[in-house]
Amino acid sequence: MSRYAMAIDLKACVGCAACSVACSVENEMPVGTHRLWIRNTTIGTFPDLVVEHRPEACLHCENPPCVPVCPTGCCFVTADGIVDLDVKRCIGCSACIAACPYDARSMHPAGYVTKCDFCKHRVADGRAPACVETCPTLCRTFGDLMDPQSEVSIAIRQARRVDVLRPGLGTGPNLYYLNAPAKFGLVGGEGSRS
Amino acid sequence: MKLQRREFIKLSCATVGAMTLGSGAMAQIFPDGFPNPFRAPKGKWFDRDVTTVYSYCENCFWKCGIKAFVEGGKVRKIDGYAENPKSRGMLCPRGQGAIAQTYDPDRLKRPLIRVEGSERGDGHYREASWDEALDYIADKMLAIKAEHGSESVAFFAHGSGDNWFAEHLPGAWGSPNAAKPSVSLCTAPRETASQYTFGRGIAGHEQIDWDETDYIVLIGHHIGEDTHNTQLQQFAQALTRGAELVVVDPRFSTAASKAKDWLPIKPGTDTALLLAWIHVLIEEDLYDAAYVEAYTLGFDELTAHVAEFTPEWAEAITEIPADTIRRIAREMAAHAPRAVIPVNRHAVWYGESDTHRMRSLYLVNVLLGNYGVEGGYYLCDAPIVEKFPHPELPLTPSAGGCGGGATDVVADSPFRDSVDRGRFFGSATAVQEMIEPMITGEPYPIKGLICFGVNLFHAVPMVERTKEALGHLDLYVAIDVMPMEHVMWADVILPEATYLERHDDLSLIAHKTPFITARFPAIEPMYDTKPGWWIARELGIKLGLAEYFPWEDMEEYLDRRLSSIGSSLEAMREQGTIVRRGRPYLKDWEALNRNPFGTPSGKIEIYSERFAEAGLDGLPVYLPQPDGPAEHYRLLYGRSPVHTFSRTHNNPVLMDMHGENEVWLNAREADRLDLRQHEYVWLENQDGVREGPVRVLVTERIRPDCVYMVHGFGHKAPRMRVANGRGASDTHLQTHYDLDPVSGGAGTNNNFVRLLKGAPNPNHPPIAQVANEKRSPA
Repeated sequence: MSRYAMAIDLKACVGCAACSVACSVENEMPVGTHRLWIRNTTIGTFPDLVVEHRPEACLHCENPPCVPVCPTGCCFVTADGIVDLDVKRCIGCSACIAACPYDARSMHPAGYVTKCDFCKHRVADGRAPACVETCPTLCRTFGDLMDPQSEVSIAIRQARRVDVLRPGLGTGPNLYYLNAPAKFGLVGGEGSRS
Repeated sequence: MKLQRREFIKLSCATVGAMTLGSGAMAQIFPDGFPNPFRAPKGKWFDRDVTTVYSYCENCFWKCGIKAFVEGGKVRKIDGYAENPKSRGMLCPRGQGAIAQTYDPDRLKRPLIRVEGSERGDGHYREASWDEALDYIADKMLAIKAEHGSESVAFFAHGSGDNWFAEHLPGAWGSPNAAKPSVSLCTAPRETASQYTFGRGIAGHEQIDWDETDYIVLIGHHIGEDTHNTQLQQFAQALTRGAELVVVDPRFSTAASKAKDWLPIKPGTDTALLLAWIHVLIEEDLYDAAYVEAYTLGFDELTAHVAEFTPEWAEAITEIPADTIRRIAREMAAHAPRAVIPVNRHAVWYGESDTHRMRSLYLVNVLLGNYGVEGGYYLCDAPIVEKFPHPELPLTPSAGGCGGGATDVVADSPFRDSVDRGRFFGSATAVQEMIEPMITGEPYPIKGLICFGVNLFHAVPMVERTKEALGHLDLYVAIDVMPMEHVMWADVILPEATYLERHDDLSLIAHKTPFITARFPAIEPMYDTKPGWWIARELGIKLGLAEYFPWEDMEEYLDRRLSSIGSSLEAMREQGTIVRRGRPYLKDWEALNRNPFGTPSGKIEIYSERFAEAGLDGLPVYLPQPDGPAEHYRLLYGRSPVHTFSRTHNNPVLMDMHGENEVWLNAREADRLDLRQHEYVWLENQDGVREGPVRVLVTERIRPDCVYMVHGFGHKAPRMRVANGRGASDTHLQTHYDLDPVSGGAGTNNNFVRLLKGAPNPNHPPIAQVANEKRSPA
């Protein structure tokens, strides 16, 4: 059994959106529907500035608020910790979308909910998710947190600073942000989503 | 309103369901899952039979090696592959999103001939066969040749295939008026400066030894917003490794956000900063004396020359404190030779000052002793693959290229010199200098234009002049994939197949490990489109130039060329890339007793005797740039990570990421002008030319004396339904350029704009909506 997780090194990320485009093409997302997006935020005043480029997607929480609210039982967590859903059983009720505090689920225009599944089809083949493979800054690592020698475990261990989004919620995210550029960590969710 | 209420009811029901039953109970009632009342998704492409085809990307011109994954006769996904030294298994957003261009319903689909009696720009066309379209072109070209000479047909070309249209075909036909925008509208100053300093070019893959450097200074170099793949990878890896970064830019660019020092320099003053750094390195004895002694000529002249260029002198010009200038120079020296100021690509900023700036930039690197040394600039040459044998072309055009050394017209050539000859010192043709002769007929008339992939209205400054020039032509042919605005002015429009649908010539890359990449078609050409090489050959045959095209097709051509290096088309089909060993460092050359410097002296020419002999400055000087009129801001421009020039703006996948550009304005200036965030404004330049509407980005990330836009937006092309009317075009506001008398580059940063309130909100529909509407028949 694994505990899959992803880490994004914000020192390297430039917010180019290669991850987002790769995700959409790999997973055949229609234009306008996204499983992965970039939040760019500027803080400070000229010339003392910090810009944070932050890719966001499903955090694959330990305690996902989206799963228990599902009325059809289509939302579930795999043994490896991937928060997933069976779209054949999804009625598009949006309860999970409302429940997710990170806005990480979207309605597919065909009437079912879609979200990041860590490219489980690739992971099953021993490959990295599409976003990780393509990232031209190599800022993403993916792997098994149970394995201390996995790339993601090493990246988290070696980081100067490790953050998760809104830790106070107790959701237990498995998407880690490393080396946030601002001294106080991740900036609030006020940036522009693109 | 009705829709909103429905949404509300749907959500309420769901909540009730969740509260009363819970997911477990629901699962008991429907053990096989709740029946999805909507369309259940079909199986995914990756669960079916997928074949893999090697190619190289064409969504910018970095030429990353790619694998195209084909399923059900369609390209489903594109990825890099590890064995290719460009992609190294990764791709930028443009490479990932490129498929959408091939399947764009707005593509040019078959040859078109302008309806007789209509004006250029009216957009009235009739469909034609390839045979008829090419006959039409050949007849007109031969008529122009008979009346004015073959030189009176000009050729502009950009992209894979530009060798056919800016070199081979004009060379066979006999016109020196062949030009690439990638030279005089982009790299010319850095190439001329490099050729005359080192006797070597820079090449399309900037040879920075990122993997070995410890200290990086970027000047107006937008890595991150510029997503040239390998460069971005190595830049990010260097940062992760702990290399220090300094960014010099009037704007807090993405790269600046990664820097330990951001120097918000006054635009147009970079050469003063560089000269001051040279001053400090020499005065404080921080330069690499052994390197200078061994490899250079003219150091004493430089020492005398920079004596007056103190940091205090530079502070008054650049607005960067003298202490900071000194500190950075010392830090560079402390890390040398593993400290580098990388050369950037788009070097045409201010005209004459550009070659000076690039020369000063190289000279700082030389003083750091990093050229040909680990952590600085490595040395590279393109791999050699023999040409397909053909009779010698009557003429060798000097179109140059990204890093291509341009050749001069041979002395006893029976052809006239190119129309721009004598306007500047360099030998590579300047695309923008070929426009005026179309209007004036001086020094001789240009009466025909073959335009391959060059966006005449989004690449060449002075758009109105270009439109006027097109009106004087007897023949204007556009070869393109998309119905760009300038394409819809042509007499004949030839639709090119996209890169996923065609073979192309080999890509030979000068790199630390030189390599050869091939392009194989992933799918058959859609519609009645043809590859550029096919178009050039068929046109050549109709012009009576068949002897210069002695191959039947690209497979034969490629196989023959590959056989010269012991490979073959079949081997390449399975392999994609052949990697060679390079000689990246001076020590590698010295071990072979060879000298990499191709200057007449065989040394790095700090002082350029050849410049001086031509009446130019032998050493670089700072030339002050004019300030704009009152209440005007200098217009700066740059790149978006998801777009390439003006080529990608009808791609819905990429436009969904960045669908319109904004004009960046300093927050205090916005207060003063009473402009709110994302308010639409008009931009009006110093000549009263108006562009927009465009949104204001009120930001702390730019100096108050300039504004910034991403280049390439503001298409005025109704047939490009995604791109049309979104954002504003910087090129349309460039009604002025400064010609560099050395390189022929056209500097466009001396244009200035005002922001005018009261522009209407264009209320663009979401990209997704336009993309969906496009799927229905037009």
